[in-house]
Amino acid sequence: MAKITLNNLSHSYVPDYTDADLVLRDINIDWKDGGAYALLGPSGCGKTTLLNIISGLIKPSKGDILFDDKNVTSLNPVERDIAQIFQFPVIYDTMTVYNNLAFPLKNRNLSDTEIDSKVREIAEMLELTSTLDNRASGLTADGKQKISLGRGLVRSDVNVIMFDEPLTVIDPHLKWILRSKLKELHQKINRTMIYVTHDQTEALTFADQVVVMHEGQIVQTGTPVELFEKPKHTFVGHFIGSPGMNILPCQIKNGQINFAGQEIQSNSNIKKNNYKTTQLGIRPEFINFSDKGIPVKVKRVSNTGRHKIIDTECSGGTIKVLSNASTEIPSGSAHINFDQKYTYVYGDNWIIE
Amino acid sequence: MNKTINQKAWFFVVPVFVLVAFNAAIPLMTVVNYSFQETFGNNVFAWEGTRWFKQILLSERFHDALGRQIAFTFIILLIQIPLGIGIALTMPKKGWGVPVCLILMSMPLLIPWNVVGAMWNIFALPDIGFLGYSLNAIGFDFNFTQQPGDAWFTTILMDVWHWTSLVVLLSYAGLNSIQPAYYQAAEIDGASRWATFRYIELPKMKKVLTLAILLRFMDSFMIYTEPFVLTGGGPGNATAFLSIDLVKMALGQFDLGPAAAMSLIYFFIVLLVCWVFYSLMMKNEVKS
Repeated sequence: MAKITLNNLSHSYVPDYTDADLVLRDINIDWKDGGAYALLGPSGCGKTTLLNIISGLIKPSKGDILFDDKNVTSLNPVERDIAQIFQFPVIYDTMTVYNNLAFPLKNRNLSDTEIDSKVREIAEMLELTSTLDNRASGLTADGKQKISLGRGLVRSDVNVIMFDEPLTVIDPHLKWILRSKLKELHQKINRTMIYVTHDQTEALTFADQVVVMHEGQIVQTGTPVELFEKPKHTFVGHFIGSPGMNILPCQIKNGQINFAGQEIQSNSNIKKNNYKTTQLGIRPEFINFSDKGIPVKVKRVSNTGRHKIIDTECSGGTIKVLSNASTEIPSGSAHINFDQKYTYVYGDNWIIE
Repeated sequence: MNKTINQKAWFFVVPVFVLVAFNAAIPLMTVVNYSFQETFGNNVFAWEGTRWFKQILLSERFHDALGRQIAFTFIILLIQIPLGIGIALTMPKKGWGVPVCLILMSMPLLIPWNVVGAMWNIFALPDIGFLGYSLNAIGFDFNFTQQPGDAWFTTILMDVWHWTSLVVLLSYAGLNSIQPAYYQAAEIDGASRWATFRYIELPKMKKVLTLAILLRFMDSFMIYTEPFVLTGGGPGNATAFLSIDLVKMALGQFDLGPAAAMSLIYFFIVLLVCWVFYSLMMKNEVKS
């Protein structure tokens, strides 16, 4: 078990790199011992590279990795004592489930009795006991992924368990079960876990702290609620939430926000205005229809069952509004209001607080 | 849904039937025909029943040829399969080395069989060949045209040179299809190099290796051209493998009946071994 610190980490896959070749730039992270963390971002944002750097499969071009304040940058995965679960299940086909789970322990020369008790304990935890003597290759995808997970859990010395989009190949109805299992395991064994995913639901349900990545940079670290209520970057705004945040171009004059000819009240405290672009961010959840306010045209209403998502048009752009399924939606011309508490101004894509 | 019955469609299959009949079924049936009869030419046949089969199965000559054949095939498989896997494991996975290695490996496979035989014949001649001359120069009494041991050594070396590449290429393809995550997982699990090979690489190569062993078994068991050009089956009968012996019997002695019977026995041995081997290798696949 360990706390994990990343100091000014940058990485490029080419040896003589320029700034444009960096797939990760200036990553700084402090993770507490025993926490559940998620790295969230779209494909190609560098999250898997970051995970492989933490596990020791890739050496970073710049920066340090510390486990419990001990620099492990030059150590390999075995020396770092980590466990990693990959996108698709990695099992040893020719072995039984039992031998798969025992494999990491055998490689570390544990005694047979120790191995046996450990394997049975973990098998019990993962509900694999009845299949212990079966060949691992005969199991279903979720069974195989449980074995991959089990191989990480049997070792009592692991500093951190890392998951690289582990539910990608799992059927939707089993995803939920496996995810709850993970959460439950985390509470039971209390080890540091890092979970990489592009799926916001997975990240937000699993982790206490979510790190959102975008183009090789960390754009925000926070609890699921913080990411939702106060996105620090426009990317977080529209990546998290379904539908994402409305990002609307606006003008700032004398500290006043002007959008579509209206003066808007926000939660941002604007002291200066030296930004190239200024935008207004408001989640569809925090917009209401009312008698007066910003004039819009209702274009389309889609009913998701629990909610209605309304596309409205306002000075050439689209504003999405989310309301309860029971709410009456005006047709044609209407007016909307933004909830001031959840309205922020973004200067060059970063929040103005 | 009712299917329309239209027997005219059979006409489309006719060309294939004709083709298969003339290039496989009819020649094979001719052999079957010869194997049960005695002929003196002029299309005069006399029924002999299973006499030729009994004669071949009980003949010492056939036993010897079969023994040599099994020994040859066994030895070359024992060398080529591990050697092929070994070379494939050391080949580069990326960079300019890949095309270079692949081209070098493919070269022997592209050379016609009789050319390979002729090449090695000259290469191994004790008086003028590079290999033969060098071996004698450093003190070995090497002469493949006179000494059975040397003839075997040269034949096996030639076959290893000619065909190991096939095993290499198949193994290399098998190795390349393994996802990097398997190696990463093995690394994290603390697996040794040997354990990684034993539990990841070898199982993942199982299918291509089955194919490689089958191909190498069939080809080496039916080998004719190369030893025919290299040693002609000699010295004496030392390298007279089944097909060389068969041709001697059929064309040299014109014993068509026994030769036909031998062909069929030969054919059934190949078929049986392939079937047994393949079934054994695939037994576990079906279960899982």
